[in-house]
Amino acid sequence: MSGEIREAAAVRDGEPSLALDVKKVREDFPILKMRIHGKPLVYLDNAASTQKPYAVIDAYNVFYSGCYSNIHRGVYHLSETATKAYEDAREKARAFIGARGIEETIFVSGTTEGINLVAQTYGREKIGKGDEVLVTWMEHHSNIVPWQMICEEKGAVLRAVPIDDRGDLVMDELEKMLGPRTRIVAVTHVSNALGTVNPVKEIVRLAHRRGIPVLIDGAQAVAHMRVDVRDLDCDFYVFSGHKLFGPTGIGILYGKKELLESMPPYQGGGDMIRSVTFEKTTYNAPPYRFEAGTPNIAGAISLGAAIDYVAALGFDAIAEHESAIQAHAAEVLSSIPGLRLVGDARTRIGVFSFVMEGIHPHDIGTILDREGIAVRTGHHCAQPAVDRFGVPATARASFAVYNTREEVDALASGLLKVREVLL
Amino acid sequence: MSDLRDLYQEVILDHGRNPRNFGKLESANRRAEGYNPLCGDRFTIYLFVDEGIVRDIRFEGSGCAIALASASMMSEDLKGRSEKDAEKRFGQFHALLTGDPSDREGAADPALGKLAVFSGVREFPVRVKCATLPWHAFEAALKEERETATTE
Repeated sequence: MSGEIREAAAVRDGEPSLALDVKKVREDFPILKMRIHGKPLVYLDNAASTQKPYAVIDAYNVFYSGCYSNIHRGVYHLSETATKAYEDAREKARAFIGARGIEETIFVSGTTEGINLVAQTYGREKIGKGDEVLVTWMEHHSNIVPWQMICEEKGAVLRAVPIDDRGDLVMDELEKMLGPRTRIVAVTHVSNALGTVNPVKEIVRLAHRRGIPVLIDGAQAVAHMRVDVRDLDCDFYVFSGHKLFGPTGIGILYGKKELLESMPPYQGGGDMIRSVTFEKTTYNAPPYRFEAGTPNIAGAISLGAAIDYVAALGFDAIAEHESAIQAHAAEVLSSIPGLRLVGDARTRIGVFSFVMEGIHPHDIGTILDREGIAVRTGHHCAQPAVDRFGVPATARASFAVYNTREEVDALASGLLKVREVLL
Repeated sequence: MSDLRDLYQEVILDHGRNPRNFGKLESANRRAEGYNPLCGDRFTIYLFVDEGIVRDIRFEGSGCAIALASASMMSEDLKGRSEKDAEKRFGQFHALLTGDPSDREGAADPALGKLAVFSGVREFPVRVKCATLPWHAFEAALKEERETATTE
């Protein structure tokens, strides 16, 4: 697929040399042909969830119609096929993030479950009274609340690294806040509300210098940039399939082998055990120790298809296309009278939160919707980050690989219409 | 565009831009907060209730054009009404917002008066909560509920 895409781009003259033919990419996503209120759908809520290509939809369909059974159970043909497909998907996920082995690659229901798993197993064992957990002001609620819960239970303290007026982490503060009682640092790779790309490799280096492990919330990163957990040297990395063009209800928790092996199970049940008697149960090794019960088999297999799809496009091509769209969006948005961007980080991706003078984000959302444009409005499940900028809510346009310059322009016209209707 | 104009009628825009009875009521003997966790809108409603009559009503907070206009027009509508009558108004207003969108003419209860301008909201189901938030807060204030009223 990527071969074709590159060829198509190469024959075009006089246009910026995008290695990715976005028209072709769009053909892979059936929903993008939809019309909303009579207008072509302009889907700009990719930070909330991404749309699905045929490759993913078909993988679901093929699995349920052609080779469905439970896994890790039967000796019959169907079960073997399903088990192999599930484990092949795990291998794809492993390679995708550069984990050393499949024992470091755990299927979870999504980023939220992955973080809860670490908080309730690793956290429960390591965090005690008076200890500290360090997060940041730009975390999604899913990287705040699980830590808050365990801190409350243990009498530990949740601390948050501040962000500056541009939406960057204040790194000096972060360094100062890494103390002798810090048991874990949990930080987002990319902010879902501000678009900030955090210097996670540097954060890991600083934390490790003091022997503190780091969990990275990769939910907003994986669809936009190559992630290499060995290069980052992070201890845990978590992401959701549905933000990577895959299905909902599936995600990946990466953990370093030596940490996972020392961790107790998260939930008890089938598949996570080695043997069970009423006196004593011995637990299975990672990753299975953390996958109790029949997992989301179809979700895992379809996530594998999504990973294949993204790999075929290639992150170089994706990044080149997205940075062109991002630059255009930044320019166009700044030309709208009364519009103020919330978050202007030095390193960022195409997630733009904004407010308009005299206009509430909710009204922006409704009027854009009538133009076929889907944006998110509200606090984006990152209330502290939005509060930090002194606004109760923002509107947010977030871009993915299938978005076009024309869609950026449609957003601009939509925003002018918002002014026309409301001002 | 026409349906957008149904929602954002001039009267609504005017109240959204220049809300009436906005600000704290120093003489209030009842108050409550309304919060919509979906969008972060938050209102405080202040009431001065005397002998079962809503003698004065003011509000503070921030919200979208629909919520602000609703709070503003509610404050005008309810001032001077008995508690019982005010509760009944909320029922009528709620019915206006949640009625069948195809039955717009039939639904506008003549008793609603000015509040009938909100009939367009029923075509935007996700915005119904914006319009009812101030009313929920009002109801909580009448009952002197300590918890923040939410739209959820």
